[in-house]
Amino acid sequence: MLATMPEIQELRDVRSHSSRTVVAQLRQVSKTFGVVHALRNLDFSVRAGELLALLGPNGAGKTTAVKLFLGLMRPTAGTVNVFGGNPIHAEVRTRIGAMLQVAKVPETLKVREHIDLFSSYYPRPLPQAETVAIAGLQEIKDRPFGELSGGQKQRVLFALALCGDPDILFLDEPTVGLDVEARRLLWEQIRKLVGRGKTILLTTHYLEEADALADRVAVINRGEIIAEGTPSEIKAKTCGRRIRCVSSLDIETLQSFPGVAEVKRDRDIYEIRVAEAEPVLRELLLRDAAVRDIEVVGAGLEEAFLALTQNGSSEPQTSGRQ
Amino acid sequence: MATVATTINSPALARPFGRTLTIYAKEAKFEFLTRLRLRAFSLSTIGFPVMFYILFGLVLNGKEAAVNGTHFATYLIATFGTFGVMGASLFGTAAGLATERGLGWLQVKRASPMPPFAYFAAKVVMSMIFSAAVVLSLFALGVTLGGVHLTAMQTMKLLGILVAGSLPFCAMGLAIGYFAGPTSAAPIIQLFYLPLSVCSGLWVPLMLLPKVLQQFAHFLPPYHLAQLALGVVGAEQQESAASHWVVLIGFTLICLGVARIGFQRDEGKTYG
Repeated sequence: MLATMPEIQELRDVRSHSSRTVVAQLRQVSKTFGVVHALRNLDFSVRAGELLALLGPNGAGKTTAVKLFLGLMRPTAGTVNVFGGNPIHAEVRTRIGAMLQVAKVPETLKVREHIDLFSSYYPRPLPQAETVAIAGLQEIKDRPFGELSGGQKQRVLFALALCGDPDILFLDEPTVGLDVEARRLLWEQIRKLVGRGKTILLTTHYLEEADALADRVAVINRGEIIAEGTPSEIKAKTCGRRIRCVSSLDIETLQSFPGVAEVKRDRDIYEIRVAEAEPVLRELLLRDAAVRDIEVVGAGLEEAFLALTQNGSSEPQTSGRQ
Repeated sequence: MATVATTINSPALARPFGRTLTIYAKEAKFEFLTRLRLRAFSLSTIGFPVMFYILFGLVLNGKEAAVNGTHFATYLIATFGTFGVMGASLFGTAAGLATERGLGWLQVKRASPMPPFAYFAAKVVMSMIFSAAVVLSLFALGVTLGGVHLTAMQTMKLLGILVAGSLPFCAMGLAIGYFAGPTSAAPIIQLFYLPLSVCSGLWVPLMLLPKVLQQFAHFLPPYHLAQLALGVVGAEQQESAASHWVVLIGFTLICLGVARIGFQRDEGKTYG
């Protein structure tokens, strides 16, 4: 039924490298709120048919970027372009679907009533039964919004984003606060949309989510894109592993191993940052029979961002947010 | 590097008039349903004026009581009608707007191709429906229990004036809704609502209030709406109806101007 994971990975990698039309773009965009620089000279494009994940920690500027794309904010400098137009215009908005972080939705309206209303805003909406089916709301379509669980509420907001059959969808942290099961369910539905040829920009602070869904990942931190690439490329840069061991090999030898990003020595313990642990371990065991105290740990996302901001960015970090 | 979509033709929004009308109708219908099902709103909006009318108009005064020659229960239909309309309109617009603005819902709607005006129109229509419901409830009570006699013409005129009188207070509600937070909107409305009502002579007829308050009432919009309503039952002060309309229209325009500043601020035209 489904392709195996490596196959999917390959497919996505091939797709994302193809040069597709840019359908949404931030060009040299800066956004400041008083003294806070939310975005700095951001150049950022979404291509037709791709699922692009904008990955970053809280406060990195993800939501600001989405609001600019939706025309809910004006950039302080630079231009925003969606389908060749400015998203503040209704005719551009008919091609856009949006899922934003909302603290409160009118609770007394039923799910199908919410969908009915939002569908009416668009010139060619999906049949409502189809919207309900894609978002998996069949069981709850007659329930008032206020009675739904967190996951169900997110799925309704997702339904409102897709009901107008838009060409591009902006999903701002769609799975934040959801449990594992609800998150996976929403992932499945997002994949269905990609399958229908939609372009999707999704923001997340879960690397796992970007990896599970995206063709391409852009990592944002402190208002700047610090890395861009396929999930596997990003993972190699960000989600590497650290191997700690005691070995008699010298530091240059270790650095020459395939996939080794960095080697540090602390007394007699080596700390080796790698993209993938297994090939390096094989090499290590082969070359040094006496290697001992091997420990493999995954690099945390925060660490990964740190690593990226130190190595991946062409410009050094200037002052942070005040 | 990929180049920008060389103007992927973005079709002009040629939304047929019929479809626009559908959006307005749906927006109003669902706004009404949202509020109707919100018991805290629907019951108190209709319940408070009715309760006060029963208390002041029917219980504390006999059926025969009169003030300056006007049947008391009839007099109070006009003033508590004004009171009810004001409540339905202020709470109907301001509370919803402040919450939806402050907690992100309005942003979801703004990101959609919804015509922005439909959102406000829905709140106004909903407030007018609730206003009509309040006034009709008072009529029913007055006629059945208060010995009120109104001709068909008077009934229609009174209903028409009071429901139209919802507009200035909807405008005021929009202005408050744009500058109040989600939790502060209701207390702020109360701060205006009750003092304005009492000082405009809506609870106790104006001539029973101190002279100072009688003078002060001329500065208050609810006074002018109440005078128009009282005019229908022949209990108005000696002033021209036109002067009341002028005040109410002026007040409406000022409030809409304030609301517009809030709207533009949200749209990011003023700053950001």
